Amino acid sequence: MMTVEEIKAAIEAALPDAGVEIVCNPSVSGQHSLRLAPAQAVAVAKFLRDDLLFDYLSNVTGVDWPDKEVAEKVRVTRPVTKTVDGVETTVEETVEETRKRVAPGCLEAVYHLYSVAQKQGPVVFRLKTVNRTDQVELPSLTPIWRSAEFQEREIFDLFGIVFTGHPDLRRLLMWDGFKDHPMRRDYVEPDDFEYEPTAHDQVLARALAHQAASRTAQEAAAPALGAGQEGTGASQ
Amino acid sequence: MTATHKLVAFESDKTRPDDWNRPQVIEPDGDAELLEVAMGPHHPSTHGVFRMDVALDGERVIRLKPVFGYLHRNHEKIAEGISYLGSMPFTDRLDYVCPLTNNWAYALAVEKLTGQAVPERAEYLRVILGELTRVQNHASSIGFLIQEMGASGTPLMYAFREREKILDLFEELTGARMMCNYMRFGGCRVDATAGWLAATRKVVEGLPGFTEEIERLLCSNEILMARTQGVGILRPDLAVNAGVTGPMLRASGVNYDIRKVDGYGVYNRFNFRVPLGDHWDVYDRFMIRLLEMRESIKILEQALKDIPAGPVMDSKAKIRGFRPKPGEAYGRIESPKGELGFYLISDGGPNPYRYRVRPPSLMNLTVLEDMAIGQNVADVVLIFGSVDIVLGEVDR
Repeated sequence: MMTVEEIKAAIEAALPDAGVEIVCNPSVSGQHSLRLAPAQAVAVAKFLRDDLLFDYLSNVTGVDWPDKEVAEKVRVTRPVTKTVDGVETTVEETVEETRKRVAPGCLEAVYHLYSVAQKQGPVVFRLKTVNRTDQVELPSLTPIWRSAEFQEREIFDLFGIVFTGHPDLRRLLMWDGFKDHPMRRDYVEPDDFEYEPTAHDQVLARALAHQAASRTAQEAAAPALGAGQEGTGASQ
Repeated sequence: MTATHKLVAFESDKTRPDDWNRPQVIEPDGDAELLEVAMGPHHPSTHGVFRMDVALDGERVIRLKPVFGYLHRNHEKIAEGISYLGSMPFTDRLDYVCPLTNNWAYALAVEKLTGQAVPERAEYLRVILGELTRVQNHASSIGFLIQEMGASGTPLMYAFREREKILDLFEELTGARMMCNYMRFGGCRVDATAGWLAATRKVVEGLPGFTEEIERLLCSNEILMARTQGVGILRPDLAVNAGVTGPMLRASGVNYDIRKVDGYGVYNRFNFRVPLGDHWDVYDRFMIRLLEMRESIKILEQALKDIPAGPVMDSKAKIRGFRPKPGEAYGRIESPKGELGFYLISDGGPNPYRYRVRPPSLMNLTVLEDMAIGQNVADVVLIFGSVDIVLGEVDR
């Protein structure tokens, strides 16, 4: 079994400008992954398939990382005017400040790769889009591994990543006229509930009328029972 | 094994054209006008709501486009909104013919994510239930295939008779025939009693007679051979490239069984063989399922003999309300349909940040067009039946 480092070294030896970096997985599963540069992804994929014999692409999936507000503490040095013994002086002082900034989000495609020929794997690699709104193109790996065909269509459908070079990029699960991408974290279900009267409505109306009638009957009977017996009256 | 099994389809072949893995393009004869037929979504052979848009030249299939999504309920989105344990009963509804293997795959992925150990008795119970599931899935899949061929009733009822016995065992142990919800992270929900194990032994003793019967009934049946042999051929190199797994892949002569490759659970303790196909056609897929049932019976006999005493849940196991460390894990098993994988990303919260099912049924349909092109439209039904899908898993 090749480690992630070995695979990275092999890719870099063959394609010097591949731009591969290791993404550490802190979980106990220890399945570390490689981040590929989208521009070089097809060449790297071809190398993985033809030279390292990773012939079987098992799983392709999308992950949505929305824009996130991060608060970070920064040490800033700035002049502060102080009054010491009645004399105003300006001193440089280092203070800690909390600054908030918005970390831009992205969409990610994750690939799980195995080798049937050598019975090893998985090799996990990821591709990242520039942002979540207008630059969501990634190169399609369907020409390299056919198994990506439906899965990339599914990601296009549910996450909205556009795979350039895909032979047949259509929605897979949602219908063609559907506009949004339901697997995104900020997806809001459309408020398009259409009310249709059913037979159940009549039953419900009768039940409500019945309850109202019995309640008024109870209220009419209540004064005669006296103040102490309200509890028994309510249970009937 | 013959020489074809040595076929080195996976050697690097850089001289092949780039589009070698695309479906073949065939032209209609002369200036024939193509007939577009929508098979489904309520065609009796589609096992549910699934559509194939077929373009025909006479009876010959020129083009076939599968259409999905009729049963889509966004299982993955639901799972991201509920706890890890909350998704366990939902996994039963993916491939509702094999709920226990779905449970197992999901439990395995979460155990990988949290580093949870599983006691030995639970591992044996999982193997027993997984193999019983495989037997009943393959039996009913064979039954449905023959049913679609026109042999209405008999083989399917024979298969269902055996399936009933296995479902009765599931019901006795888990309380449900199909929606079992039995496995937990770190073991199984309840222990099997001695009585249940004895009943299982009795059912397993009867299974070789069943495979024998099916074999005598079907294998040399003239009509079955005429209809299935040489139909729907799937090349091994394309099968691997297209992510086909399970009996379909092995019927194409590729020796890849995750029980052997990963040896998850306690599978490396059992002695069983991996049957491989020689002709890569529908008949091979039917035969492979039959032979796999026999291997499953072997595993069952060994597991029922060796099952140790002990707890069925790890004493330190956290079942509900736990928060895995941030990170991700991919766990996969050899489900009766192929590789069933679960990919989980944790952000440290009580719900998975990302929950992904890798459905074998959907991946196996990638090559449906390749297998059907150039064949008769009547054979499309058989080719589709030999893939063995469940729409609950295809559409999720």
